[in-house]
Amino acid sequence: MNNRPKVAFYWCASCGGCEEAVVDLAEKIIDVVSLVDIVFWPVAMDYKLSDVEALPDNSITVSFINGGIRLSEHEKVVRLLRQKSKLVVAYGACACWGGIPGLANQYSREEILERVYLTTPTTANPEKIMPPQDGYAKLGDVKIEVPTFLPELKPLDEVIDVDYYIPGCPPTPEVTWNAINVLLSGKLPDKGTVIGASNRSLCDECPLNKTKPENVLIKEFKRVVNYSPRADTCLLAQGLPCLGPVTRGGCGALCVKANMPCTGCFGPLENIHDYGGKALSFLASILDYENEEEIKREISKLPDVSGLIYKYTLPKSLLKNLLRSVRK
Amino acid sequence: MSTNNYEPRIVVFACNWCSYAAIDLAGTSRKLYPPNVRVIRVMCSGRVDPQFVLEAFKNGADGVIVAGCRPPSDCHYINGNIKALRRFTLFKRLLEELGIEKERFRLEWISAAEADKWVRVVNEMLEELRRLGPLKAEAVSV
Amino acid sequence: MKEIIIDPITRLEGHGKIIIVMNDEGNVERAYLHIPELRGFEKFAEGRAVEDMPQITSRICGVCPMAHHMASTKTLDDLYKCKPTITARKIRELMYNIFMLEDHALHVYLLGGPDFIVGPTSSKEERNIIGIINKVGKENVLKVISMRKKLREINLMLGGKTIHPVSGVPGGVSRPINSDELEKIKQVANESIEFARFTLKLFKDIVLSNDQYLNLITSEAYTHRTYYMGLVDEKNRLNFYDGKIRVVDPRGNEYAKFDVHQYAEYIAEHVEPWTYIKFPFLKNFGWKGFVDGEDSGIYSVAPLARLNVSDSLPTHEAQTAFEEMISMLGKPIHHTLANHWARVVEMIYSAERIQELVNDPDILDSNIRNIPTSVPSEGMGVVEAPRGTLIHHYITDERGVVKQANLIVATQNNAARIALSIDKAAKHLIRQGQVNEGLLNMVEMAFRAYDPCHACGTHTLPGNMPFAMYIYDTNGKLLNIVKHNL
Ligand code: SF4
Ligand code: SF4
Ligand code: SF4
Ligand code: FES
Repeated sequence: MNNRPKVAFYWCASCGGCEEAVVDLAEKIIDVVSLVDIVFWPVAMDYKLSDVEALPDNSITVSFINGGIRLSEHEKVVRLLRQKSKLVVAYGACACWGGIPGLANQYSREEILERVYLTTPTTANPEKIMPPQDGYAKLGDVKIEVPTFLPELKPLDEVIDVDYYIPGCPPTPEVTWNAINVLLSGKLPDKGTVIGASNRSLCDECPLNKTKPENVLIKEFKRVVNYSPRADTCLLAQGLPCLGPVTRGGCGALCVKANMPCTGCFGPLENIHDYGGKALSFLASILDYENEEEIKREISKLPDVSGLIYKYTLPKSLLKNLLRSVRK
Repeated sequence: MSTNNYEPRIVVFACNWCSYAAIDLAGTSRKLYPPNVRVIRVMCSGRVDPQFVLEAFKNGADGVIVAGCRPPSDCHYINGNIKALRRFTLFKRLLEELGIEKERFRLEWISAAEADKWVRVVNEMLEELRRLGPLKAEAVSV
Repeated sequence: MKEIIIDPITRLEGHGKIIIVMNDEGNVERAYLHIPELRGFEKFAEGRAVEDMPQITSRICGVCPMAHHMASTKTLDDLYKCKPTITARKIRELMYNIFMLEDHALHVYLLGGPDFIVGPTSSKEERNIIGIINKVGKENVLKVISMRKKLREINLMLGGKTIHPVSGVPGGVSRPINSDELEKIKQVANESIEFARFTLKLFKDIVLSNDQYLNLITSEAYTHRTYYMGLVDEKNRLNFYDGKIRVVDPRGNEYAKFDVHQYAEYIAEHVEPWTYIKFPFLKNFGWKGFVDGEDSGIYSVAPLARLNVSDSLPTHEAQTAFEEMISMLGKPIHHTLANHWARVVEMIYSAERIQELVNDPDILDSNIRNIPTSVPSEGMGVVEAPRGTLIHHYITDERGVVKQANLIVATQNNAARIALSIDKAAKHLIRQGQVNEGLLNMVEMAFRAYDPCHACGTHTLPGNMPFAMYIYDTNGKLLNIVKHNL
């Protein structure tokens, strides 16, 4: 056809928010469309998987993949896209580290299937029918392929080689636009780089940063259930577990601007190996008690530590083998 | 791995001033402690980032011990041990919440003279880990 | 003798495959919609701090995150027995209607619209935004895009984020509106009413004035006589944010009207062995299989269903548009494709409701929060998502840690009717082995009319693969996978 870059978008165990985030480029999307050929984008265009299969290897300039890997079928499609693409970009928190659906890794496949198909109060399933987990289902005499539910949710780079990462749940239009410009610039950064966002912490770009004390110390962790955050003071200093200090900047502190603490959707800053471990470390260190009983008492008031520190990154956590060992 | 000849691996982060000295003492006074223990000397328990502990688990440790000087005042860096206390109390809470056996991690205060305590702690943990069996390194695909 | 797979079904939010089994005569034996998705939110909600649920459950669907965020926030109000302040309630309803308007606009112009605006049998290179640009002109498309952008920017301001808002807290919202902001919102509110009117006019010009399309809408292939469900206010008028759940039968008579706390007495979910999606049905009827009619408990939700359960619409222009629609199609309306029309009528209602709210003096008040004092145990909440009735239900311990969660999600409510639609459309449109691309797209159209969102429908199953058509013979032999360029 021509030598414009060919681009594909694909979603795995996605909520669709990452797709909407691309649509949120709004007017800019028309610029993008005029610069590239979109060869595959199921949410917006009528091209089918068979069209991708027909492409030569490495002929797609870049594939943006969002969502975590949760079904056998996701593995198949991302491997196909890898084979057909020069570059693969993990787009959004789920593809980068598992995202919120990655919290499911706390539970086994069997526990999840059981809850969803047997025990919720509205399920009417006297014959205990489950979606087939052996690869196919029978519709009369016809056998159709049914993907299996994998034992755990995997970030994209645990299934295929990933060249770049765009963080956020979802990435903001600005971050997406920056990343597209990096990719189109011809000066590609090192493989494995997080592109589009900032290299500094969220606090750095937070409007409340000037009200954040040098050394934050708090007497208790507050919860938004029964505390209404003030808009004029660093939320962490008010006692809300805001994860700005360990989170990569780039969103412009969106949540904080709405008086809600950062939950870390832009993921770890450079040099953090385990986001939750780092978050845990900093949250514990601001607790202003010396004595074990008091420390224990305050910590016991936190309702959900894993959901707080690993909201978007549990599948990437170094805790992996510990989790696997205790899953039922 | 068969659990019969399973030998748990324990990683110990010991602060230079108290706990490491105790381990040293145990060595020189020929108190026996098992060979499946890797001791990593750190300047202060306050320097042990929970990420190191997680890294140890990921790299195959079955149990981890963080050991430092007795609180409140034995730490050579004023309050390093208090920092460790805060961090690893929260860390223990995390493990508990995820259903991970509490026997796999211990925070211990061991002064330079307490070689006996050191030997006891390690042996207790070994026994508990033998009972628990090895960690699964791979996702089970049924 | 063939099996057709349309894979993926494009232009809808989620993943799916359509599987068509052909008999020896080359006619359709049965068509299935298969949704391969599961993520397990009902399970991993367990252990979470309940105040995180509005943010966690919004990740069920990034297309209607506001719907989940709001259903969840209302569940928190219920759980903590803490009503939002008057201002908070109005801010929530404002955000909610802004969201409904921009989401409907997305569907009308980009997802479902191309089938009509560009034409159902046009080529696949055209049935997308590029085709729309060619048909209605770039400046009109830009107008749509910029309108959506402005609406979404307001929700970014009010909700913190547009995709996955954060401002919902039990008893209120986390941020007030100031007067500068309100001026901005008022401006957009004025534009949006114009925009909604423009959309209705466009729809009339392109669709309603074209007999071919009208025949398509009313054709038997796209018609099912099912029950309908939706929220109504105390006067049985359309409401997206709050009200009672009303169900009408295929003749349009009220079958039930109930509070969300009774949802489990009325709704049950059926499991089929070939898909991850569960099929809700009216519990009293029992599961009767994929059949329509009064004896079957299959019901439908979303724009058309909402209009079918409403006696009237609470705003003036929307009521006029509603009457116009009924005078043309009767009531209840059983034509699936009329969902597109109903969606446009709802855009008018949202735009008018936004007007009312921005001109309400309460909206500027700074009292945006009641602080809960009670001990939580169980809560339920409901809203009308763009794609239908959405119910959240949580049980917690006394610290507010979730012990159990159940979710009845918009698209899922439509799953059984969508399955019916696809089967019927395929049977009508594929005859004697005659299969062409335009026909396949029309099968997909049956599906897209619901604007199904399978991220939602299968929140239980993880997002995966869009749609396909596979052709099998009656012996189960895969004969053909139909490519779109036959
Ligand atoms: S990263 Fe967030 S927005 Fe993107 S798919 Fe995952 S949950 Fe949705
Ligand atoms: S801790 Fe949170 S509120 Fe405070 S400066 Fe950082 S990002 Fe802003
Ligand atoms: S403030 Fe934190 S959680 Fe909110 S969008 Fe930014 S990075 Fe994500
Ligand atoms: S020096 Fe031993 S704990 Fe600080």
